[in-house]
Amino acid sequence: MRPADDATRAIEVRNLTRRFGAFVAVDGLSFDVRRGEVFGFLGSNGAGKSTTIRMLCGLLRPSSGSASVGGIDVSADPEGVKQRIGYMSQRFSLYELLTVDQNIRFFGGVYGLSPDRLATRRRFVLEMAGLTGREDTLARDLAGGWRQRLALGCAILHEPAILFLDEPTGGVDPLSRRQFWRLIDVLSEAGVTVLVTTHYLDEAERCHRVALIHAGRLAALGTSAEVKQIFAGRPIVEVRAPQAVAVMRALDEMPEVEKTSLFGTSVHAVLRSAAVTPAELRARLSASGLAVDDISEVLPSLEDVFLDVVEKAGAAGA
Amino acid sequence: MRKALAVYRKELRQILRDRRTLLILVFIPALFLLLYGYALNFDIRHIALAVDDRDGSPQSRAVVSAFVNSGYFDLVATTHSPVEIERLVNLNQARTVLVIPEGFGRDLSSGLQAPVQVIIDGDNANTATTVLGYASNLLRTVGAELAPPTAVRPAPLAVEPRIWYNPELRSTLFLVPGLIAYIGMITAVASTALSIVREKESGTMEQVRMAPIDTFSFIVGKTLPYFLISLASAALIILASMVLFGLPMRGNWLTLLLAVSLFLVGALGTGLLISTVAESQQVAFQMALLISLLPTIMLSGFIFPISGMPAFLQAVTYVVPARYFLVALRGIVLKGSALSHLGVPLLALTAYAAAMLTLASLRLSRERT
Repeated sequence: MRPADDATRAIEVRNLTRRFGAFVAVDGLSFDVRRGEVFGFLGSNGAGKSTTIRMLCGLLRPSSGSASVGGIDVSADPEGVKQRIGYMSQRFSLYELLTVDQNIRFFGGVYGLSPDRLATRRRFVLEMAGLTGREDTLARDLAGGWRQRLALGCAILHEPAILFLDEPTGGVDPLSRRQFWRLIDVLSEAGVTVLVTTHYLDEAERCHRVALIHAGRLAALGTSAEVKQIFAGRPIVEVRAPQAVAVMRALDEMPEVEKTSLFGTSVHAVLRSAAVTPAELRARLSASGLAVDDISEVLPSLEDVFLDVVEKAGAAGA
Repeated sequence: MRKALAVYRKELRQILRDRRTLLILVFIPALFLLLYGYALNFDIRHIALAVDDRDGSPQSRAVVSAFVNSGYFDLVATTHSPVEIERLVNLNQARTVLVIPEGFGRDLSSGLQAPVQVIIDGDNANTATTVLGYASNLLRTVGAELAPPTAVRPAPLAVEPRIWYNPELRSTLFLVPGLIAYIGMITAVASTALSIVREKESGTMEQVRMAPIDTFSFIVGKTLPYFLISLASAALIILASMVLFGLPMRGNWLTLLLAVSLFLVGALGTGLLISTVAESQQVAFQMALLISLLPTIMLSGFIFPISGMPAFLQAVTYVVPARYFLVALRGIVLKGSALSHLGVPLLALTAYAAAMLTLASLRLSRERT
């Protein structure tokens, strides 16, 4: 029925499309996610990430195209899909008025866990979330990081093979984010496939592979290094200068510079080719009276890739 | 069923921890009962009466004492001055004035027509009508007693009214069943709708829908706590009405339970249906108000008789469940009607409940697409 190498594919998406009236939220998306892979799903707000996840979770019917999750067709058997997946959203949806323990018991009940299994999984989740001893705390009284880990725990109570995380680290402090990603790594090592959407591009660097979605379409796909190939032959120069905006304007005037963007307090300039060196640029900036603290070539970050992709798609669409 | 049970437990725990909801479910009904039970009283007593007895005969004194002893009127002034009468009415010190002209006793003894004047303050038409009714009845009775036997000509057709089940026509007895319907609607429709919409707002609804739980288990687990609480609330209202307002319970408690349950299931279904449409608690509450509370008050015969409505409104009342519930409830509580006499209202309530639940489950499962 299916090709033999299916065993290694947790998620298969083929020409997946979803329309809401005249608006096409997801437009002919195709990609695979391998088993045990941490797959990053990137894109700006409204790019179609959440719609895609909702279709993959069996909550939303595709308008056309197909998707199989854990070997099950999401259109044919959405309930079967739900048995095999875990889902956690950016809102860490817990019942505020229930205690930690009652939340765990509720989700265990909804997933149909037997009392024995629930007892085992409950201990595991409490330990994983670092909530042992705080079973009777109301969920609303938990700090962000704990809420997040409890929400994750509730989503994996039934030991799903595939986990969907929709912006799981929003509004959480950096330390908790780090802890959370450590948990994701542990799950991935245990063979759980994780599809995660995020706005934090440093988090995206931690994914095995990333897909960049723009306006409902796949704009780039591959490992972090692979998608950065988009900058092959186009070096990126980082300039740190007291007058960043003036420097940007000066760089934009130069024919060798394709485009510039502000990265924090520094300026990234994408060059059209390697023909001009950072030292030359510095000399030219100094000549026009602009001081430069530091100028050097840097490796492209996913943020560079992201901006580049969005810009190109925008230009193509216009 | 384990899944439904999990939802049920969770919902109950949430309600118990949410003091505000609990208060709305338990104390608001009691408050409404007291407020409406005492305030919504169409009986009129202690009407301030001024008397101008210009005759001073034994007969005229008999008329005055008939008024005073009736229990409806309190004598506040006796006067012979028309100016004083006007002053009393204008100052609201007297709502009714009885004027007995000179020669009243003489005319009555001679078997002649003996007119008396009753002045009623008409600023409240309802009260005035009721007072007029009391006064006419009193005068008819006392007139028959005072007239000489020779003057009594038996009327060819005599009406002897008998009011069954509520011989004193106490409006409380008539209103309490309506109150039960009203309160049932508030607790069942509003609280169910709000509880689900709250889950939508907080995102837990989406979390639950990502889980493999079927619509049926979810609905059962979600509504059962509200059903039980509403049922307890209805029982409380009935018991309190029996103690406070002397509501008789002439029928069978099981029949009553059946009628109340059917009505509540319909109300819960309505709440569910609202929750599938509304996206915010505010909208949900307004819809609950519009769809359930207003028809229950206006179009059920709770306060305004259906027979007095224009034809198109009468037609609308046929889809108001409270209409049937009131017929059943008044039948069971006031008349002791047996199950076999309540076929039509109970079937109508069943049909309403079935329709609401079907529509709600259809919409709930359609939300997936």
